[in-house]
Amino acid sequence: MSGVRVLVGTRKGAFVLTSDERRERWDVSGPHFAGWEIYHLKGSPADPNRLYASQSSGWFGQVIQRSDDGGKTWEPVGNQFAYDGVTGTHLWYDGTPHPWEFARVWHLEPSLTDPDTVYAGVEDAALFRSTDGGQTWHELPGLRGHDSAGAWAPGAGGMCLHTIVQDPSEPRRIFIAISAAGVFRSDDAGESWRPMNRGLVSKEIPDPTAEVGHCVHRIAMHPSRPGVLFMQKHWDVMRSDDAGESWQEVSGNLPTDFGFPIDVHAHEPDTIYVVPIKSDSEHYPPDGKLSVYRSRTGGNEWEALTEGLPQKDCYVNVLRDAMAVDSLDSCGVYFGTTGGQVYVSADAGDNWAPIVRDLPPVLSVEAQTLP
Amino acid sequence: MTRVVLPLHLQRLANVGREVQLDVEGEVTQRSVLDALEASYPMLRGTIRDHTTRLRRPFVRFFACELDLSHEPPDAPLPEAVATGAEPFMVIGAMAGG
Repeated sequence: MSGVRVLVGTRKGAFVLTSDERRERWDVSGPHFAGWEIYHLKGSPADPNRLYASQSSGWFGQVIQRSDDGGKTWEPVGNQFAYDGVTGTHLWYDGTPHPWEFARVWHLEPSLTDPDTVYAGVEDAALFRSTDGGQTWHELPGLRGHDSAGAWAPGAGGMCLHTIVQDPSEPRRIFIAISAAGVFRSDDAGESWRPMNRGLVSKEIPDPTAEVGHCVHRIAMHPSRPGVLFMQKHWDVMRSDDAGESWQEVSGNLPTDFGFPIDVHAHEPDTIYVVPIKSDSEHYPPDGKLSVYRSRTGGNEWEALTEGLPQKDCYVNVLRDAMAVDSLDSCGVYFGTTGGQVYVSADAGDNWAPIVRDLPPVLSVEAQTLP
Repeated sequence: MTRVVLPLHLQRLANVGREVQLDVEGEVTQRSVLDALEASYPMLRGTIRDHTTRLRRPFVRFFACELDLSHEPPDAPLPEAVATGAEPFMVIGAMAGG
């Protein structure tokens, strides 16, 4: 019998939620790494029992955990993230140069084909890779060596590399996103990078159409159509039909186009999901009503999905890594909130139910479809 | 035998109890104790001291014999009672945050 495993990172530990394909009754395991911040955990597409977790603490720094049995047991692996070569500087909040300082791993992206290869997006923004199952980490320095890097500046959450998207049709192509620098693409397995921000307009920066400096919150791709990307920017929902070379706004009839996560239906490349948030100064749903918005047209035309979600007095946020889909026949959609709820829809968003209600604030949600 | 008391989070990370006992080679100093600790429990590398600079992380403190030794030089001898094992060397997570 097939099923799903949902990996939830929170401010105070990790949780593993499992169910059969009906997604009605759930087993909750955790907290794993109790008391630590778990920014992200994710399974290898090549071996679903191989999981990686980013465990961190303001006191004790960064730890990377690995599981080889689907999250039943874990082993600490390498946690040394040393920038390659001259550290250099980026811009600080006050506009002065600031040395790159490693703070934490925001996002772990296992290779599509090799369980021992995994990418790590870190704060201060850089991309690392391990090819030995997380034991050792090496920076891919071409990104931070880009001519624009000295002008990158942190967003409110720190200068984080939070999104890593691999192109399944071109194994040497990788997209990353940094707050607040924007999207970059490599076509040579991370050796060199180009900004991919043409068409973005950000009124919060001095030059709204600058090549870099945009606060991109998240990008998503459907694996069957890797030339099309979707983006939730600080404000604006965007779409690219040329692998990031240019972007068009597809916010359409959304009640607000501020938000953090964006994801794509597992079987319908033009069906996408966002969670509109009132504004950058009020990080909660408009009118206290929590709604996922779905577009079946690749953007512009959006419908509110509210069945089963709180429609009054709800003032949670949904963070950028806290939405995922499974690939069962009826696509499951998941998201977690800063109020500790993890919601599931087993019918592509039409109906929602909480899996858990009272976890610590949720930082990340990933879904694995199990045979 | 040198005794080291670890905070809860590092106990769990190293899968040990509150106190571990170590054979420390040479003079018993912060550096030699932490070197021995990290040799026995490699998963603690980087959690007490920075990997590269080997400096104490800002929110970690070192107590022993009712003294705060956090700002002592890493190669200064620790109190005799720590060296003999009569008193533990305590790694503390600073009271900060919530």
